[in-house]
Amino acid sequence: MRPTRSWLLVAALLAGPAWAERPADFLARFEAEARSQDASFAASASRGRQWFESRHGEDWSCSTCHTRDPARSGRHQVTGKAIEPMAPAANPQRLTSGRSVAKWFRRNCRDVLGRECSAAEKADVVAWLIDAGRSTGEGR
Amino acid sequence: MTTRTLTMLVAMGAAMSALASGGGDDDRDRRRDPVADRIYVEECGSCHVAYPPALLSRASWKAVVGRLATHFGVDASLEPAMGAEINAYLQARASLRDTVDGDGRTALRITETAWFRHEHRPGEHGLYRGVFEQASVGSPAKCDACHRGAAGGRYGEGEIRLP
Repeated sequence: MRPTRSWLLVAALLAGPAWAERPADFLARFEAEARSQDASFAASASRGRQWFESRHGEDWSCSTCHTRDPARSGRHQVTGKAIEPMAPAANPQRLTSGRSVAKWFRRNCRDVLGRECSAAEKADVVAWLIDAGRSTGEGR
Repeated sequence: MTTRTLTMLVAMGAAMSALASGGGDDDRDRRRDPVADRIYVEECGSCHVAYPPALLSRASWKAVVGRLATHFGVDASLEPAMGAEINAYLQARASLRDTVDGDGRTALRITETAWFRHEHRPGEHGLYRGVFEQASVGSPAKCDACHRGAAGGRYGEGEIRLP
């Protein structure tokens, strides 16, 4: 690929889609994907919350870095860098980019579960993130 | 935005970063280069400070970028296109000298290099033992705990504030 074309591709990727997605779009997508395997599946925020706070065979849970309250800032366990809140109610940038959602699920699921997350797990945790911080801003 | 305008903007950006580098081949000049690559800052800078590329050699960066799926205990894997761009940026701006650890092996961490260990030894610039273990620091990876301009690639002595 010639340098100019590669720059253009990268610029286009970074500029992001003009059709920014909404958190509910991701919930619908993961839920539909999970239903293709189990027709009775329905995403559950409370199941997602429990999953978010539990360890899954590795040293960390989601909440190890993101805290148990997704409406609050977290902290990277290795570098100490602050992590902005995961709940869209507290941080409107969350769950608006398909590229970003795919990237972080891929990486973080391998760290926390040692494998990629299933569609059902993603649907539950997205339901919890959307729910978290909506009413009180406190962890429930 | 039309493709033509976009091309022009991208070309202007490339020209500006070429000017900013000043063509200086001295490592001391290189270390003062602003960390300007947007992809590098976005992808690598989300978990830690986007370290100045001149703090590691080409061999060191190659080793780091080559194993991002197991990056110091964390999966930091990249989409192939992003990985290629970041690799090219780091290779172009890397230190011209080898960076090795205390045993002479290619350094994988900036903190392993002789330069870092010398500049951050207790007593230097008011540093004291245990400074990296302070709650507000936590890790020597957190440059911006003391270098207040680190997020913008500035490490001058005037911007150092020890906790």
